[in-house]
Amino acid sequence: MNLELKDMPGQLVLALQPISEFGGNIVSVLHQRDKKTPRGLIPVQITFEMDGEKLKELINRMKSNGITIAQIGEDRLREKATMVLIGHIIHSDIRDTIDRIDSTRYAEVKDLAVSMPGVDQHSAARVVINAAGKKEMQNAIQLLRDIAREKELLLIESIEEA
Amino acid sequence: MKKVRILIIGFGVIGSGVARAISEKREFISDKYGIDFEVVGIGERDGCVVCPEGIDAMEAYKLKQEGALNKHPCWKDGVSSIDLIKGANADIVIEATPTNINSGEPGLSHMMAAFNTKKHVVTSNKGPLTIAFQKLKKTAEKNGVQFRFEAAVGGAMPVLNLVRETLQANEILGIEGILNGTCNYILTRMSTEGLPYEHVLSEAQELGIAEADPTYDVDGIDTACKLVILANAILGMNVSYKDVDVTGITQISPEALKLASDDGYVIKLIGEIQDRNRPRVAPRLVPKDHPLAVGGALNVISLRTDLAGEITVTGKGAGAIETSSSILSDLISIYKA
Repeated sequence: MNLELKDMPGQLVLALQPISEFGGNIVSVLHQRDKKTPRGLIPVQITFEMDGEKLKELINRMKSNGITIAQIGEDRLREKATMVLIGHIIHSDIRDTIDRIDSTRYAEVKDLAVSMPGVDQHSAARVVINAAGKKEMQNAIQLLRDIAREKELLLIESIEEA
Repeated sequence: MKKVRILIIGFGVIGSGVARAISEKREFISDKYGIDFEVVGIGERDGCVVCPEGIDAMEAYKLKQEGALNKHPCWKDGVSSIDLIKGANADIVIEATPTNINSGEPGLSHMMAAFNTKKHVVTSNKGPLTIAFQKLKKTAEKNGVQFRFEAAVGGAMPVLNLVRETLQANEILGIEGILNGTCNYILTRMSTEGLPYEHVLSEAQELGIAEADPTYDVDGIDTACKLVILANAILGMNVSYKDVDVTGITQISPEALKLASDDGYVIKLIGEIQDRNRPRVAPRLVPKDHPLAVGGALNVISLRTDLAGEITVTGKGAGAIETSSSILSDLISIYKA
């Protein structure tokens, strides 16, 4: 979120306080006091994590505090994990596999690369999953484990997600 | 000079390799530590070499290479290793019989006999450790003798002694690594050459890297046993083989390795325990620039600690000379204290 603050004491607090009030977790604050905008305001860039449904309320609160919001960018799925599947991936309904991850809404299959060596041989697939946070990623991996067990696929997880 | 009388039980690749290493290193060790290691007995399946005034370990090694240990002047046909352990005037038993993960025998009985006759035990044998760790530990403590098994996990690679001697102040929070050189060799070759599993397995068997029956290695059993030993010895857990989730490498295909590689990963058989949760052995994606991404037949272990952070060691996980490094290290550490 890019904000523009008046050059007077207490402005940054007015901008940050509502974020924590709505349960947000501030990741970084870039406060550039020496770079004024053409309107004489101070640009501030804030990165934070919070429940997306509360965003509208947050914006209203900030505006009523007299904060100018210049730009908002949303990155809904921040976590990324790569995995490999081996087995009858296509014939065990790959579309269903993807749908079941995507339907969680907190995680989705972002990339899929499949290699099929021969008709009766096992295929391999590289799956990239994005998820909202670390906890959501663990849930998505557990879901994929369950699907792999059910469809008799070998799931190779990355050691990074341990 | 402190004289230490040693029995070597099991005189195969490891046992005879240790005899050779003791012979070659005897002067070095006595000069450096003031300890004189003397082999006074060798136990084999069909008899023993018993010699209270000392055996020329190199001579025994050479006889074994010729398949003629029973031509040794001190050979006693039909004398069992158990009787040797119970009867011999010795300080320490090196137990190097083959691993049996079902019963732990004959190693388990050998170790118990050694403890009960007040002898220290140094071993490379995973079977008894996997099956009866607590019983062995308690029996050793009860008898006031030492029990050391650095060689049972990761061959030459120091792990248990590293934790005990050097990371004493640390709590170990997690352990992960490649604990089986055969699997690492197969996966590395498959990945770099794009060859199928069966092809590389045959090649590994020809080179003597894989056994004629590779099940123990490729199904992850060996890795799981080592993980059990680490869990019990380092993390103070009380687990056995049945408590480990195990998946081997037989399903890994060149296509899977290629897909992993295209995105910057290698596939390795990883043994892992985090925060005393259920131990797991499974093929995993490892980033190519990660410390665990070692190639060939190497082993590697990464310890997650509270003070030191991540500590990673790598080394040769098999081979008679390499393994004897760990066995000698255990022998010296018992007598240096």
